[in-house]
Amino acid sequence: MLKHRVIPALLLSEGGLVKTRKFKNARYVGDPINAIRIFNEKEVDELMVLDISASKARREPDYALIELFAGECFMPLCYGGGIKNMDQAEKIFQLGIEKISMQSGVMANFRLVSDVAKKFGSQSVVVSIDFKYDWLGKSQLYDSSVEKIIKKSWKDFVKEAVDSGAGELLINVVDKDGTKQGYDLKIIEEVSSMVSIPVIALGGAGNMSDFKKAVGVGAAAVSAGAMFVFHGPHDAVLITYPSYIELENLLGGNHG
Amino acid sequence: MISVLDYGAGNANSVIRMIERVGGKAQRIFTAKEILSAKKLIIPGVGAFDYGMEQLARNGISEALNISAHERAIPILGICLGMQLMCRRSDEGVLPGLGWINADVLFFSEAREKDLRVPHMGWNTARVVRENPLMQLNGEVNRFYFVHSYKVKCDNQEDPISLTHYGDDFVSAFQKNNIMGVQFHPEKSHKYGMRLIKNYLEADYA
Repeated sequence: MLKHRVIPALLLSEGGLVKTRKFKNARYVGDPINAIRIFNEKEVDELMVLDISASKARREPDYALIELFAGECFMPLCYGGGIKNMDQAEKIFQLGIEKISMQSGVMANFRLVSDVAKKFGSQSVVVSIDFKYDWLGKSQLYDSSVEKIIKKSWKDFVKEAVDSGAGELLINVVDKDGTKQGYDLKIIEEVSSMVSIPVIALGGAGNMSDFKKAVGVGAAAVSAGAMFVFHGPHDAVLITYPSYIELENLLGGNHG
Repeated sequence: MISVLDYGAGNANSVIRMIERVGGKAQRIFTAKEILSAKKLIIPGVGAFDYGMEQLARNGISEALNISAHERAIPILGICLGMQLMCRRSDEGVLPGLGWINADVLFFSEAREKDLRVPHMGWNTARVVRENPLMQLNGEVNRFYFVHSYKVKCDNQEDPISLTHYGDDFVSAFQKNNIMGVQFHPEKSHKYGMRLIKNYLEADYA
């Protein structure tokens, strides 16, 4: 029975592991290698490491660190942050990473997505799409590297991403990030119904029932940050991950 | 010493790391000559079928593989695309495969009919159907990470060693004497993958 994947999303900033709230107030939560080791022991389905400082600072991915990650991961690992060209993408795959996630590198053109998909397969390319509510409460496309709402239809962006060969879409909502108040189910449902590739929901998960809800509206996989690194009412740093049995009971689908 | 073939379609590094993790020794190899002196081989693989076959067609690699599979009869394990390349053909491409196993690689049509998303991506169970060197027949959970859009169908009932369900049952692992293939990624499947790789390291196929 195929189970919907549950993917911890770890944020990296200047080599340290951080957690944000609404894409701000990055709080240091620990050493990334140590965190990856713990997630490995907990047998997570998959892991995502997003370097939130690389694109902002216009610097290259930290290859030495990424190689250390790959050495610790005996599960699929997706890396995102600062990938702007094919050379960088190739280097990352060479280090033993299965998937790369791209956003600002493909905002201007999707050529990079199709190039990577052609050479390494669609399954290796995740396009990350961030949303932010405008003053009317409408979801707009957001570029996290420049911290601005982008004047472009997100539906067009989703279509272009799929047409250029993206294997998965990672959907995150700035206003939900780190709040643990639940995903934006509306946007997840809208995007999922538009595409046939897997959609990964991110932003706002606070408990297991949020996973179930996201899957219920069409997400193929769910991801969370705060929920897996913070614990208790005072957000003490503690890495947790549900057992496979719990997740299978909650999210195991009946696949024909 | 296990030789892991790097033919430009797949990640040899992750496989090598997994072998070392379970206490084995591994080397990355590239050439026909290296294939012909390998004692035990792994063919990893990610990507399109025709691209994989094109890569094998260069510099006598596929000839060296054929000799190693048949005359030399060394153990060879194909992973994901590596498994599919051991078959006769694929719906994904037009080039013939290595043809070591009487099997074809087909569209996931039942999954599509049932509105399941393709690729089949994520963790699923391999149900072992007979005694084999890679996975225990009874008792153990065999759970692996899959990512593929095409599936293997064997002619012979004796060849599959495990089945997995997605829309319908498909062959998630096969073995014919020294030739073995797994559709999933043991190198990305935690302790379940480690156990399978360890079994491959330790097994004899005289």
